[in-house]
Amino acid sequence: MAELEASTNQGARRARPLSPHLQIYRPMLTMMMSIVHRITGAALYFGMLLLAWWVIAAAAGPNAYANFERFIGSLIGQLLLFGYTWALMHHMLGGIRHLIWDTLHGLEPAERETLTLTTIVGSIALTLAIWVIGYLAMGGPR
Amino acid sequence: MSRAPQMRTPMRRVRGLGAAHSGTGHFWHQRVTSAAGVVLTIALVVIAISLLGRNHAAAVQILGSSPVAVIMLLFIINSAYHMWIGMQEIILDYVHEDKLKLLALMANTFFVVAVAAAACFAILKLSFGV
Repeated sequence: MAELEASTNQGARRARPLSPHLQIYRPMLTMMMSIVHRITGAALYFGMLLLAWWVIAAAAGPNAYANFERFIGSLIGQLLLFGYTWALMHHMLGGIRHLIWDTLHGLEPAERETLTLTTIVGSIALTLAIWVIGYLAMGGPR
Repeated sequence: MSRAPQMRTPMRRVRGLGAAHSGTGHFWHQRVTSAAGVVLTIALVVIAISLLGRNHAAAVQILGSSPVAVIMLLFIINSAYHMWIGMQEIILDYVHEDKLKLLALMANTFFVVAVAAAACFAILKLSFGV
């Protein structure tokens, strides 16, 4: 009894065992996509600055809009916009996947893998489709 | 004995609030704004593509037109609330030090409100033609 008390008293100072965290599990697709969903969400959070700059520049006048166009047309701007497009599509499809899971559908092992793969393939396909349509639109009459 | 001991008072049960005193409100709001976000995101992509390669005057005309302006306002406000909840969840997951957590939560609110207000103001300015 005294021994037990001594050990529990020490317990506060001793390093307690922790519950297993991410690094102990084998990486799985659904797990990676859960992480990517959070990362794309955080990226879109700051990507909102890009959208804000766009509409504020339009409201400010031709010079401000020209500055925005010059930036977004540059290599860095194009990379940012491409990344923003993909993050937006990935987060949207990932969100739809989560909404489906919220209804308790698609949770079987094969189903959830299919849904997760659809998010990856779908987000890349949608991003490329948007950019192809975008470049076609750019080629049209100005 | 089969029933778990009831720790909450009847009032607490009726209000449906847990230890965080906020219940599942944010959880549900995140789902509502995500559903709206799907529709609004598709609309935003269409609007953005329609503006490509056009000059400033055309951009002003399109962004300021009533249906586009309303969609843009809805996208900005809906996204702002969605990203405020999302970033709050990230902060609560990773920032454990009390003062830093409080500062991060405040910074989240300030950032979201400032960006959304500026973007909404720009849309309104375009639409009212000032």
